Amino acid sequence: MDGNDPSKDKKSPRRRAAATGPAEPLPTDPVAGGGLLHRRLFLKSGAALGSAAALGVTGTFAFAAYGEESALEPPGEMPPMPPATPPWMKTPGGPLTNYGQPSPHEKKVIRWITSNQSSPGNGVSWTPLQDLEGAMTPNGLHFERHHNGVPAIVPEQHRLLIHGLVARPLTFTVDDLLRYPMMSRLCFVECGGNSNAGWNPRPLQARAGHLHGLASCSEWSGVPLAVLLDEAGIDQTQAKWLYAEGADAAAVGASIPVAKAFDGAFVALYQNGERLRPENGYPMRLLIPGWEGVTNIKWLRRLKVVAEPMMSRDETSKYTELVPDGTARQFTFVMDAKSLITAPSPGKKMQGPGLYQITGLAWSGRGRIARVEVSADGGASWAEAELQEPVLPHCFTRFRIPWDWQGAPAVLQSRAVDETGYVQPTREALVAARGTHGYFHYNAIVSWRVSAEGKVSHVYG
Amino acid sequence: MSTDKRNIWVGAFVLVAVGLFLSRGADRIAETAPPRGPGLGHQVSLETAAAWDISIPPDGHNLPPGSGTVAAGEKLYLARCINCHGKRGRGLSAEELVGGVDGLTGDYPEKTVGSYWPYATTLFDYIRRAMPQDAPLSLTSDEIYALCAYLLFLNGVVAEADVMNAATLSAVEMPNREGFVRINEMAR
Ligand code: HEC
Repeated sequence: MDGNDPSKDKKSPRRRAAATGPAEPLPTDPVAGGGLLHRRLFLKSGAALGSAAALGVTGTFAFAAYGEESALEPPGEMPPMPPATPPWMKTPGGPLTNYGQPSPHEKKVIRWITSNQSSPGNGVSWTPLQDLEGAMTPNGLHFERHHNGVPAIVPEQHRLLIHGLVARPLTFTVDDLLRYPMMSRLCFVECGGNSNAGWNPRPLQARAGHLHGLASCSEWSGVPLAVLLDEAGIDQTQAKWLYAEGADAAAVGASIPVAKAFDGAFVALYQNGERLRPENGYPMRLLIPGWEGVTNIKWLRRLKVVAEPMMSRDETSKYTELVPDGTARQFTFVMDAKSLITAPSPGKKMQGPGLYQITGLAWSGRGRIARVEVSADGGASWAEAELQEPVLPHCFTRFRIPWDWQGAPAVLQSRAVDETGYVQPTREALVAARGTHGYFHYNAIVSWRVSAEGKVSHVYG
Repeated sequence: MSTDKRNIWVGAFVLVAVGLFLSRGADRIAETAPPRGPGLGHQVSLETAAAWDISIPPDGHNLPPGSGTVAAGEKLYLARCINCHGKRGRGLSAEELVGGVDGLTGDYPEKTVGSYWPYATTLFDYIRRAMPQDAPLSLTSDEIYALCAYLLFLNGVVAEADVMNAATLSAVEMPNREGFVRINEMAR
């Protein structure tokens, strides 16, 4: 880690003018270049409060809001006060509803769809990460990747078959599985192709979620795979792989090492407390925390216990990564650590110099996030961001850090380090190691450039 | 002793024996095995399981009977595939099925059935389950063998006179057979 020692930062624009002799650093002193402040600035005592006010940036303790790039309103103008008793206090409100919907004023927060024009069910929809806070993804905004549409499964007509190297081939109905002892995990699911615009020679201009939103995070509940495999009497000596297959119109399948089936994998029936949404695998899907999305087979209908991988299309032709020597990485399973700043991010606009909250998400398929560092000077210096508790393995972790933006152009970056010591690589390092034809597993540091006018754009390094 | 009484005695003995066995079994399970479910799975016959099994491994052991020629495959391709995959497997909205003769190391490597796929069996498996995309699982085994023959011929992997069936398709050596490196340690 370089340059994140505040005492060494001589370029700090906010050293006290009146200081005499070697002064104690104030809580409001930048801790890294470009004006990054201590992550706990606002969790500190009243002393910090006083000095934050002394920043004279906003005169208050509040962060400046990010605007929308398309917004017509000039920044800074306070809208007029609404009436003391607004109309909705003077008339009875709407009726009760069977299933709640987001406010009609939040209609812009939607999944962004990219699909094949000749087969609309073949494509992806992206979680709008730039519009969300916290770590959990609402069910209706969980990303989608379907190879041939969302099947209209009738649950009574659905079965899970376990066969192959087992003593007893078994089928389970949905109702059967609902009677098994359940487990729950909060974890992300990320498509192996997420962020793959990063392999392009030039940075694509798009919102954060449209570049990195093939990742979402939910609480999943279901039945441990180990329990079901044991019931079928898995042949421990020969069984090395499980071939999992979905009941969609592409029957997407993946081979999974049996060892992983006994190491945290489960058949999920619930997502964030409710039964799975059709686009997320209703009535059941495989959940393998931390492993590439395609292994988390949706609409799970069959598990064949075998000795060798099936070498199906989506583990040979796709979800493998060509490297410069002409070979391809296969069974890359684990999603390496990644992070990105969701605000500010492209499409949002700085509303003039002031105190801002930089926030983003970090996650790792290897386990817990250990720390996230943020840079406001393109990676020359780094400051540690505050991690929102709870910090769980294989789970989105929200990070935040205050930023005193003085109006100079800046390049913002975040860098995740996980509990195994894995450090999110720079784009340069990733490309040097893998070339640019791998298509999958792009997890390099993301850079957003903030212009003097406060516009945010995607840049490399 | 009447047979009724004898049956009761035998029954009681069996009950005790089963009870003993179960309780000892339970101890063993508690020590070693993962938590047990309620055991609600329904056993099915091997035939039923086989009818559900549409996957073809690289050794081809699950390939169905049937066969197809390059000529028959071309006819089918023109009828069922060309609208998305283009003439001779190139162009239009779907993926390129043919090409990549320049190899996989250049500036614009093309990953196709011919240049990239390690196993020919995958082609049968995938066409059957997923193609044509507007009507998956609609082709007969003969038709799928014929389409495999045609696509492998266009890629220069088999000859125009070759006939594809369970034996010949499993025996096809794909050019990129050795091109894959297993990364995850559980996969090795
Ligand atoms: C409605 C359009 C459509 C039709 C018709 C169609 N395909 Fe496809 N095909 C696609 C799409 C789209 C994909 C990519 C699917 C994906 O992304 O999972 C594809 C993928 C494939 C692939 C895998 C390519 C690769 O490199 O991974 C093969 C092989 C294939 N098709 C063969 C066929 C054959 C043979 C037929 C005719 C029987 C056919 N397709 C008809 C749209 C079509």
